[in-house]
Amino acid sequence: MTTNALTFPRFFPRPQSETGIWGWIGTVDHKRIGTLYGITSFLWFLVAGVEALLIRVQLASAENTFIGPEFYNQLFTMHGTTMVFLVIMPLSAAFFNWLIPLQIGARDVAFPRLNALSYWVFLFGSLIMNAGWITGDAPNGGWFGYAPNSGVTFNPGLGMTYWVVGLNILGVASIAAGLNFIITIINMRAPGMSMFKMPVFTWMTLVTSVLLVLAMPILAVAGIQLQTDRVYGTHFFNSLAGGDPVMWQHIFWLFGHPEVYILILPAMGIVSEVLPTFSRKPLFGYAFVVFAGIVIGFMGWFVWSHHMFTVGLGPAANTAFAMSTMLIAVPTGVKIFNWIGTMWRGNIQLNTAMLFSISFIAMFTIGGLSGVMHASPPTDSQQQDTYFIVAHFHYVLVGGALLGIFSGIYFWWPKFTGWFLNEKLGIANWALMLIGMNLQFGPQHWLGMDGMPRRIYTYAENMGWEGSNLAASIGGFILGFGILLFMINIVYSRMNKKIAPADPWDGRTLEWSTSSPPPVHDFDEIPVVVYRDDFWFKKHPETISEYYHNDHDVEDIAPSATQTAEEHEDDHGGHEGIHLPDKSYYPFILGVGIAIFGIGFLTNTYVIAAGVPIFLWGMLGWSMEPVNDPT
Amino acid sequence: MTQAATTEHHTPVEHTTTGLNNRKLLMWAFLGSDVMFFGAFIATYLVYRGKSLVGPYPSEVLNIPITTVSTFVLLMSSLAMVLALHYVKEGEKNKGTLWILVVVVLGTIFMGFQFVEFREFAHLGLTPRTNIFGTTFFILTGIHGAHVTIGVIWMAFLAYSSNSGALRSDNALDLEIAGLYWHFVDIVWIVIFTVIYLISANDAPPPGMESVIH
Repeated sequence: MTTNALTFPRFFPRPQSETGIWGWIGTVDHKRIGTLYGITSFLWFLVAGVEALLIRVQLASAENTFIGPEFYNQLFTMHGTTMVFLVIMPLSAAFFNWLIPLQIGARDVAFPRLNALSYWVFLFGSLIMNAGWITGDAPNGGWFGYAPNSGVTFNPGLGMTYWVVGLNILGVASIAAGLNFIITIINMRAPGMSMFKMPVFTWMTLVTSVLLVLAMPILAVAGIQLQTDRVYGTHFFNSLAGGDPVMWQHIFWLFGHPEVYILILPAMGIVSEVLPTFSRKPLFGYAFVVFAGIVIGFMGWFVWSHHMFTVGLGPAANTAFAMSTMLIAVPTGVKIFNWIGTMWRGNIQLNTAMLFSISFIAMFTIGGLSGVMHASPPTDSQQQDTYFIVAHFHYVLVGGALLGIFSGIYFWWPKFTGWFLNEKLGIANWALMLIGMNLQFGPQHWLGMDGMPRRIYTYAENMGWEGSNLAASIGGFILGFGILLFMINIVYSRMNKKIAPADPWDGRTLEWSTSSPPPVHDFDEIPVVVYRDDFWFKKHPETISEYYHNDHDVEDIAPSATQTAEEHEDDHGGHEGIHLPDKSYYPFILGVGIAIFGIGFLTNTYVIAAGVPIFLWGMLGWSMEPVNDPT
Repeated sequence: MTQAATTEHHTPVEHTTTGLNNRKLLMWAFLGSDVMFFGAFIATYLVYRGKSLVGPYPSEVLNIPITTVSTFVLLMSSLAMVLALHYVKEGEKNKGTLWILVVVVLGTIFMGFQFVEFREFAHLGLTPRTNIFGTTFFILTGIHGAHVTIGVIWMAFLAYSSNSGALRSDNALDLEIAGLYWHFVDIVWIVIFTVIYLISANDAPPPGMESVIH
């Protein structure tokens, strides 16, 4: 196969080192990339948390002068953008990276180098987006960047350019990651694992990846249009030349609403793994949960104008979008009932991961119900741009996505590291976060009902808003202290290591069948799957008859799966033939090239030209580099 | 039931669940993503059609006969692409290389037409900064042109590979994947040609607002 292959000169030897900075830069291992995603996004989480606390200090009392309006605009813009694009999305990506190959019984993702590229591009994009803090020109137009307010006329300076260039670069990372996980899940499953034997987390990753691949290009279009308006003087959002400001809202929210489900579906997948494990029952209504996820992913495309009820689209459009928005609550409600049904009469074990998952259900229900309230246009015109909306989306994103992600962290930490997080500190961490978030966002419901607008840096003394705001600020610090306790927990547990076995929770899915932490090649032997929750039923064969009433399912599958495994072994020459992709520095080089393009859009065209050779070096070197060097 | 069980053995390199090659599936999924990308730009063009406040207006600058020729050239490149894949799969190195080169040449001619068209429009006073038609026209056709340019570079690379013997019948998949991209870019042009040229060609300026003297 390698005869006559084209080669590209190497300027550096192919990275071999497992450790040190070069080991990380050259890595194509999905577990290490997952760790990189996790650490990076947690650092951004701390940045966004500090931004949120500064906001809460400012709003703690009326007519406060702690922060001026300019800085306040930058803070709420970067808090929102960071939490959405640099925290929740990449934290979910960390779980995708770590878990998907392990859950489907594969040795890596379909395109390990593309996976590394996703991470580096994400890292550089996040740095460019935050570069404004250093130049004193941070983005200040809100996370939704409404044009023409974000245009150069009303927003001169580099601030929103950092934002739009950063977003476009992050979009490349998201699309690449989404494509990778779609192909991985469709094409890399262990023998016997049909689509409806996949773990629910894998299913939700698949739906999320499809949404990423289809929604991020729309954001890219919005970004390119805003960028050409800002930098080259085009007229996409210039109303003086006939451009329509509502155009931005349509394009942004056509991306933005699927994005909401991109944020929440991974957390839904996580709790769908945690709840059955600690209830010691299979997930109640697996097919319903999976189809509800698919339906949410589909209907998520038909609700975007509920962000625009007060724009004046007319009664027909408002009615249609009100109905689709109320309808999408149905599959979400289906999931909630299935989770409760999973716990019903289960042998429930209340540890940190389970507590986070149960509070996810409760908090997400509250956030979902307030969401259904402003699905009604008349109600929404009262609530639009008030703290009621702030309360709503913080209940679904903090109470939903973040609690779900923390549940996943406590659940899979022993698998990732080989040691447990401390349970006592963990429960304190959970309690502080739950109390903190309720104290912070609960009062914002009635602040919003009372008419307190969003995105104002201060408010008058006689409005009666001081008590609730003070409570919210105290809640914010309690929540922040909960996060601090989480970090203390990591350090403490690391110092007093309690070693975790391969299967600490009596788990159900394939990742628990390999050691903790998993070997570089994940599985010594690729597992052969017969049942849904295969690992569980093989550990506890006495429970099979309880859940598989007519055995023909099982009998049908079992022989063919075994047979496939034999074929599989033939192909790879048994498990001695394990080969993993070699390390490569090209993803990093290509990422640097893309980052230089981005910097070029912020500075001048010559920088873009300087990026071209680096980009080509990455592209050509990559395309001519064999996945494995001939040995 | 288990797709893996039915996988045939004619793909010696990779063993996948569906039997489809990973890279081929990746290209299909990417094209799905690109549909949304072009879709949003085309939708922007349609929403902004007829919203220009100053000229030049579409009927004053668009040249349907010339663009029909360039469209024909691009469509013929797809035919060349099919023939190239056929000969590479058959192992006929010289014919394969030749037809890949034809794709490169036709793609380059199409880009030449676009370059001349852009220059002509600038000469008539239409730039991306002139009006909303200029903005939407240049960005949409420009993005498409960028796609064609990437395709031409890719195909030139494959022509070199074919000539040097690195692209053969056993790895013709490399060309097939590039071909998927090329055909897609072609199909997008059919939509753009319809939406911008055929539908908007008669979008005349309001009375008294003519800006180009023919």
